[in-house]
Amino acid sequence: MSEFTPAANPQTGHTEIITPDPNAKTRIEARRVTVWYGQKAGVRDVDMPIYANKVTALIGPSGCGKTTFLRALNRMHDLTPHARVTGEVLLDGVNVYDPGVDPVEVRRKIGMVFQKPNPFPTLSIYGNVVAGLRLVGIRKKSLLDEAVERALTQAALWDEVKDRLHAPSMSLSGGQQQRLCIARALAVEPEVLLMDEPTSALDPISTQSIEDLLTELKKHVTIVIVTHNMQQAGRVSDYTGFFLNGDLVEFGPTNPLFTTPKDKRTEAYITGRFG
Amino acid sequence: MRNLQARYARDRVILFVVVIGTILAALPLTLVLFYAVVNGFSSLDWNFFTKGPKPPGETGGGMAPAIVGTLVITGTGLLIATPFGIAAGILMAEYPDNKLNPTLRLLSDTLNGMPAILKGLLAYVLVVKAQGSFSGFSGALAMAFIMVPIIAKSTESMLKLVPWNIREAGLALGLPRWRVILSLVLPAARGGVVTGMLLATARAAGEAAPLIFTAFGNTLLTLNLSQPMDALPLRLYAYAISPYEDWHRLAWAAALVLLALVVLTSLLARWATRGRF
Repeated sequence: MSEFTPAANPQTGHTEIITPDPNAKTRIEARRVTVWYGQKAGVRDVDMPIYANKVTALIGPSGCGKTTFLRALNRMHDLTPHARVTGEVLLDGVNVYDPGVDPVEVRRKIGMVFQKPNPFPTLSIYGNVVAGLRLVGIRKKSLLDEAVERALTQAALWDEVKDRLHAPSMSLSGGQQQRLCIARALAVEPEVLLMDEPTSALDPISTQSIEDLLTELKKHVTIVIVTHNMQQAGRVSDYTGFFLNGDLVEFGPTNPLFTTPKDKRTEAYITGRFG
Repeated sequence: MRNLQARYARDRVILFVVVIGTILAALPLTLVLFYAVVNGFSSLDWNFFTKGPKPPGETGGGMAPAIVGTLVITGTGLLIATPFGIAAGILMAEYPDNKLNPTLRLLSDTLNGMPAILKGLLAYVLVVKAQGSFSGFSGALAMAFIMVPIIAKSTESMLKLVPWNIREAGLALGLPRWRVILSLVLPAARGGVVTGMLLATARAAGEAAPLIFTAFGNTLLTLNLSQPMDALPLRLYAYAISPYEDWHRLAWAAALVLLALVVLTSLLARWATRGRF
């Protein structure tokens, strides 16, 4: 893992402190990822491993680039006018930005859950969960039924909605809607699930139910979660990356990073001196 | 607060001006409605809806060919216009960077502002000249030219109202962009798109000019789109400029029916979008 050794970047002069985990399997590897918005970089030269079947938290103050980096992982910047990504994002060794790679395929393998619950308003609960399957032509009812039960169970929503699967998705509460969105993302069986502050619009009880989910979910998928709630990062994640002003400052296993951070900026943020 | 009285006075003056303006704006519509009802209502009988026109001098006769013709011509026009209008709306709203867009927008705006009679002329050149005869189809095509830019514009603005996060949610599921637009975004804008279609229909249904040298008019009832076809505005015009008193009454009745159709369509549009926006 020599590419993760801390070395001052010759262009920006900034230093990333990466503490790799030699025992973990890498699912995604970001190499010198920079996201440009026009002439300005949202994040610069980020190197980071995302380990398989673990939860990786991205923390940092507002505007530090954590969401920008997250969206670079499944090519969501493709749709943003004037946004451009340089560097490499290797998913199981293949750069998702290779010219031959179809972004649609990438997003099929790397799902995403957004900050605000965004179920499809015109579809039922059932319709939302199977949207990713049905709209690519999977019609077989038994397959779809199976996927709905599996995904909703994984998202801990099955018991609450199993008797009204064909009710409008908008009839659910905010917390249920967010779990529905998680189920919708899981239904297509992604390898990686990106979560962009998934609980920031939710009440504490809904937040807890989603946090509880993550431990269970990581058996099946690799999770990257952006949060500006440090307690949440501490509770749910195995690894943490701390971003500041568009730079990755420090990355490593969550516990040591929170208790004995190597960079004094990480320490300052974690102890609550800013952010 | 010594200016308080003056402010209240100013407020009353402005309110007065606004109310007067509104009344003046609504007056023509009210007068048209009033005259149409007063002069036309007595002629609305069973014959009006079931019989064809009679030669001058004979009493009775009705507007069945014109009513049916208007429904067929505008209906066919809507069928032709909808796919093009919606497609153009999608292109303008969902692919703002597309190279075709500036041209498309210019064309759409030009077409929207172009006098209806020119659209009739276009349909005349394209169909009537080529085919060698007037026809309901050429009238429908002229109607479609009127509807396309209206449908395109309303589709575009309705699609832009659909929250961006719906698209992101769809794309993040690994769906191709066209699929996201057709299956997720367009249904979310359905009510507004349908309203646009109905408003376009209402607008086109009232046009007489583009039909003069396309659908031409026909005193016989026909459903054959390759034949000349009657339409309410055409018949209305023909009867209104005639010297016969009873034809004038029939023209008013035709105006009443046309107005009712347009109002009905608008109500339908409201109903289609109830509880939205």
